[in-house]
Amino acid sequence: MANTVVSTVAAPAADTKPARRRGAPDQGGKAFNRLAATCVTLFALIWLIPFLWALITSLRPNEEIAAHPTTPWSNNWTLDAYRFAWDSSPLGWWYVNSFIISTLTVIFTVVVCSMVAFALVHLNFRGKYVVFGLILAGLMLPTEALVLPQFMEFRALGLLGTYWAVILPSVALPVAVFVFHSFIKAIPVSLVEAARLDGASWWRVYRQIAMPLSRPAISAVAILTFITSWNAFLWPLLVLTQTKSQTIPVGLSSLVGGAAIQYAETMASAVLGILPLLAVFLVLQRQIAQGVSNTGIK
Amino acid sequence: MTTTAIPTPASEADVTDRPPTAAAAPHGENRAGWLFATPFLAFYIAFLIGPVVIGLVISLFNTTTVKAGVGSWVGLSNYADVLSNKDFWASMWHSVLFTLLTTPLLVLLPLIFAIFASRMVRNQWFFRLAFFAPYVVPSAAVCLIFAFMYTPETGLITNAFGWFGLTAPDFFGSTSGAWFAVVLLTLWWTFGFNFILYTAAIQEISEEVYEAATIDGAGPWQQIRLITAPLLRPTMGLVLILQVLASLKVFDQIYILLAGGPAYSTRPVIQYIYDTGFSSYRGGYAAAATMVYFVVLVLISAGWFLVRRRSNSANA
Repeated sequence: MANTVVSTVAAPAADTKPARRRGAPDQGGKAFNRLAATCVTLFALIWLIPFLWALITSLRPNEEIAAHPTTPWSNNWTLDAYRFAWDSSPLGWWYVNSFIISTLTVIFTVVVCSMVAFALVHLNFRGKYVVFGLILAGLMLPTEALVLPQFMEFRALGLLGTYWAVILPSVALPVAVFVFHSFIKAIPVSLVEAARLDGASWWRVYRQIAMPLSRPAISAVAILTFITSWNAFLWPLLVLTQTKSQTIPVGLSSLVGGAAIQYAETMASAVLGILPLLAVFLVLQRQIAQGVSNTGIK
Repeated sequence: MTTTAIPTPASEADVTDRPPTAAAAPHGENRAGWLFATPFLAFYIAFLIGPVVIGLVISLFNTTTVKAGVGSWVGLSNYADVLSNKDFWASMWHSVLFTLLTTPLLVLLPLIFAIFASRMVRNQWFFRLAFFAPYVVPSAAVCLIFAFMYTPETGLITNAFGWFGLTAPDFFGSTSGAWFAVVLLTLWWTFGFNFILYTAAIQEISEEVYEAATIDGAGPWQQIRLITAPLLRPTMGLVLILQVLASLKVFDQIYILLAGGPAYSTRPVIQYIYDTGFSSYRGGYAAAATMVYFVVLVLISAGWFLVRRRSNSANA
């Protein structure tokens, strides 16, 4: 249902079409297509090597790695490195912190950004153009560059070291407002007017009409906010100074350049750090790819 | 078309296209509108505008990062110091150099491979998996894996050079080796993002165009050159500006993998701000550096926005 409403956004179109062969069926065309296929497949296989290499290394004993560093096989597969990696760093805490921070960021971002987008589409309030222009200008603000004044602000607020210090700065996300704006705009005005005539409050129109019909926008914003928040590095590095309060990326970064001989343990930590988001990715591949092409969030 | 991070100027018209409804009293809408907009505006003003203002104020004082308070007024002398500091310009150059090294690769390679992949019937999911999975990996995990592969003598990439009869550069000890290491890592890590943007754009090209071209006897190479490439030009523009802005903001991989080394020869500007502000505690000075860098980034975004607007109105 939602797909028909939002067809102007072209979001669902990208993946529902079956993949097709492009090009001439003649001999030259076939040869070209075969060459392109070989080329891109080879490249894709090379792309998988770092993942496989980390996984293989994490399952080999250290002595074997030291003796035969580039052999992708082991005679003694072992999970010891994982036990060691889990015990030697507070990975469990890092998971919990990352999870809480990312989830709260997603909830706040989706609610706050969809509300303002709803107001911009359906409500005529004084100063609407100023608000719209402000959000448009916000797209050009390179927030990553502002960590130093941001840090001063959070110190003055006494929020350093808390989850809130990580969550609050990423809630007002201009890109998310525009994603919601384009979806909510596609909802027929007559639907909203009918609900208003029936005496529904604006809050009910938002909750029970606008939001259910913008489900693709909600999932796109939610997934991408989650990934961005989970992978954020510099800002959490600055504000979360206690080892136990750190997130996965910040915690893992402290292992780079550490004990050079514990190859398997280091790779096991890397694999454990990759695992949660990779699992999410494998389940939601299509939605994530769609979300990226809809928003261009980087 | 897809919505983009930097919207087309046309979207300004979006707000006007819904006429005020007769059903709702303007007064009620006014109040409701502000109630809906307030949470966003509060966050926006506090945490997006706030830091800009704070940065501007602090850059005019000799603030230190260790003590509360702004310190004493020094006028524009922080800016004079920043603009005459060799280390600041060196770090600016490193960010620009990184952008010059990564942008051509990350704009053109994903384009070529997206076009190649689009010519295959099956296994599209496989390319999406292989190319895009790295994008969801945290920078620190990427650096752990690549640091291991770059290990002198035993690392996989170090050895791969030997298989082709080449000698691997010193990835951690030499400046050129360090750049090679960080560019290759970035290529692997962020390739998929641009690949997905191109793939989506290619799928929006109508199949009939290709069919017509085939009937007219156009071969695959002609189809790519005369149909796909011209139709992808707007997407290339988008990928280019997103890539330039992302590359100029590089920090994670250089900081984690190399700590800006060897001997600060790869330190990007964000790390320079980090070092002066948080290791040397020169808050006022680092804020001035922040503002200079901030203005450069905003000018690039605004410049692109204006160019787009002009080309859009020229086409209209």
